[in-house]
Amino acid sequence: MISLKINGQPRDVDTSPDTPLLWALRDLLGLTGTKFGCGIAQCGACTVHVDGEAVRSCQLPIGSVGERAITTIEGIGATDAGAKVQKAWLDLEVIQCGYCQSGQIMSAAALLAHTSNPSDDDIDAAMAGNICRCGTYVRIRAAIKKAAAA
Amino acid sequence: MRTNLASEASPLSRRDLIKAGAAGILLVSFRLPIARAADESFAPNGFIRVGNDDVVTLIMPQVEMGQGIYTSVGMILADELDADFNKVVLEHAPPDEKLYANPAFHIQATGGSTSVRAFWMPLRKAGATARAMLISAAAQQWNVEPSSCRASNSEVIHDGSGRKVGFGALAAQAATQKPPSDPPLKPLKDFTLIGKPIPRKDTPEKTNGTAQYGIDVMPSGVQFATIAECPVFGGKVGRVDDTKARAIKGVRQVVVLDDLVAVVGDSTWTAMQGLGALDVTWDEGPNVAIGSAEVWDALRKASKGEGVVAKEQGDVKAAFAAGDRYEAVYELPFLAHATMEPLNCTVHFTKDACEVWTGTQVVARVQSEVAKALGLPIEKVTVHNFLIGGGFGRRLEPDMAVKAARIAQHVEGPVKIIWRREEDMQHDVYRPVYHDALAASVKDGKITGWTQRITGAAIIARWLPPAFQKGIDIDAVDGATDNPYGVPNVRVEYVRAEPPAVPTGFWRGVGANNNFFASESFIDELAHRAGADPVAYRLNMLDATPRLKAAVQLAASKSGWGGALPARTGRGISAQTAFASFIATVCEAEVDENGEVRVHRFVSAVDTGIAVNPDTIVAQLEGGLIFGLAAALFGEITIAKGRVEQSNFHDYRMLRINEAPKIEVHLISSTEFPGGIGETGTTAAPPALTNALFAATGVRLRRLPIDRDALAGRKPV
Repeated sequence: MISLKINGQPRDVDTSPDTPLLWALRDLLGLTGTKFGCGIAQCGACTVHVDGEAVRSCQLPIGSVGERAITTIEGIGATDAGAKVQKAWLDLEVIQCGYCQSGQIMSAAALLAHTSNPSDDDIDAAMAGNICRCGTYVRIRAAIKKAAAA
Repeated sequence: MRTNLASEASPLSRRDLIKAGAAGILLVSFRLPIARAADESFAPNGFIRVGNDDVVTLIMPQVEMGQGIYTSVGMILADELDADFNKVVLEHAPPDEKLYANPAFHIQATGGSTSVRAFWMPLRKAGATARAMLISAAAQQWNVEPSSCRASNSEVIHDGSGRKVGFGALAAQAATQKPPSDPPLKPLKDFTLIGKPIPRKDTPEKTNGTAQYGIDVMPSGVQFATIAECPVFGGKVGRVDDTKARAIKGVRQVVVLDDLVAVVGDSTWTAMQGLGALDVTWDEGPNVAIGSAEVWDALRKASKGEGVVAKEQGDVKAAFAAGDRYEAVYELPFLAHATMEPLNCTVHFTKDACEVWTGTQVVARVQSEVAKALGLPIEKVTVHNFLIGGGFGRRLEPDMAVKAARIAQHVEGPVKIIWRREEDMQHDVYRPVYHDALAASVKDGKITGWTQRITGAAIIARWLPPAFQKGIDIDAVDGATDNPYGVPNVRVEYVRAEPPAVPTGFWRGVGANNNFFASESFIDELAHRAGADPVAYRLNMLDATPRLKAAVQLAASKSGWGGALPARTGRGISAQTAFASFIATVCEAEVDENGEVRVHRFVSAVDTGIAVNPDTIVAQLEGGLIFGLAAALFGEITIAKGRVEQSNFHDYRMLRINEAPKIEVHLISSTEFPGGIGETGTTAAPPALTNALFAATGVRLRRLPIDRDALAGRKPV
């Protein structure tokens, strides 16, 4: 049994410690907002926060998480940066198919939590790991700036 | 905690109201179709149901895959119905070709940028019919003339007396009214929703993780599986040793069929681990000698062979005899769809029935193909459709559901099959390779003749056989047969050439991608050879296509066309009458000394007729341009030893935010019939890009993806 702290709640998972957090969240804990995209940390769809840092959950074995706090898309709205990002995403109608957007929002929320007024270069550095096939990049950039100004 | 679909589907009283706190919007989540007792609701057609509880449910014939169609379809219905759009419930349509066939295809399908065009009148009539029957019911109750009543915000109002009654209270009586044969449609000026930027219904749930895609479904007791097919197209399973796979804790079952293997586990991860430990010897079959060289040789050889005439206008022979002849050949590669949501399908097979959960663009075809594969009567196959995490044409195929169902036949209880990204990429239906030979005759500075010979696969022949007539694939020639430039003598020929081994399918932009890349590149070449400005050259020939002419003028003016640019930076334009919309796009791109390309900006001007939800149209252009640009810069699936060489995003590259240009989209106000929009940015971007690269470097690229060696002068084109 492995104990995790997810969105402020203790959650126990009975599976192998090498299971990536992504699959523990989705298949064993029913937190399906975190998405599978590539399985090799190339697309960012599975991004969650571990102690506030954006992490690709497809590469993070649950046995290595320990006491660190996990935040997923289901819980990010409870943070100041997360709520601002979610609001800006809707205000600017960023989303199309939406499948990558959990990861985009998690990466953007981590960026804003650390950098309150990000430059274009900061945005590129924080967001280049998140692929969007619908091509919402123009609005993602604008929404991050809007959230920063909120 | 798993969502239990049994309870998800049952009680109607539960209205699934979710407060999207961040936005302050009251949003009603999507539901699976629910059978209601007939006596408590008014359901005059397949699109509208008014409950006596005042809930107005709008049933979505077209699937939501990011294009915003649930909102647009909902707006059209609600506007004519005069329903309160803030309170409507949206529901995925079940498989039912009689009720929900796309009038453009006569099957239930979302694709080809047809949704608004094809459903515009049927939806308006559906809404207007229901409104007329509700008004008639109210007038009957009040004993007044129906013409003295009106509807607004889900109420019928009698202005003379100030009486009002909600739709819900009228439902039972409305159901007894005779449907009007020709209900009055609103004049454009009376629209309250259509034409306004209405917030999308599907997006609040997509910001907080509650949106349900097919991959998220969790029927009670579900197990998880992943699949592998022979990496060589057409190969079969040879020998399988599953000893090591079965030894992995959590691996529950190995399913071996003649053409695929699947491992079932207590999580997707254990299933993937099990698959990795499976020792499979494939019977690679007859295609193992096929590589990209064979594919291209076959295509080019076919291009010299016999074709069919798709369009003949004027006297091409005489035009070419009298003018100077110019020729060019353009080619496009195989492309994968690479939807962000990998292929997946969840199936529960019991001995005489089957339940399927998936996101598909062809829900009825999924039902019929699964029934066929399992030998079940069609009514024994239930299909639940979901939000789609990217379609782009991939989910116009039922193959994933059929494979999943064949696996589920051997599994006790529901099983969710998820394709690994590598499997998804290597077992796609690929955008076909195309070869286009163009020629023009020019006399006294005017284009007098134009021929285009298109060689490529006939996807329509497989996907919609009744539409494949006289050997002409209407998709493969789309955009080529209605050249907007007023050339008097035109011949378009089509040569059907199915590539060896590699399955092909529709890909965003479809056949028009190929034809506009070729024709808009060639027009540009002709302009430069004439020493003319590419915008002025096009404008000179667009008098007969004023809507496109206006778009070209607007895009040129908004982009600062003709203004000074730094060295090795250029502007290129593409113009297209595509999917009944008129679009001009200017690309501004820079090429460094190594041939690396930086696209600075796209400026598009679009006349798509009545813009149902204008911001959605702008978003589709933005996204479509990025989609087309990514393919033009990076996209190519190559074949070696009968298999796809690319496997994931490290070797099948996508455009990322740091590479994305600025994009401006200018909507031209119009009261014309609405056009299609989802594909148009994708068809616009590649020729605008390569025309800009020519302006920047003098190097003409006639093949995609772009060749950086050629741009850097390291090799000839």
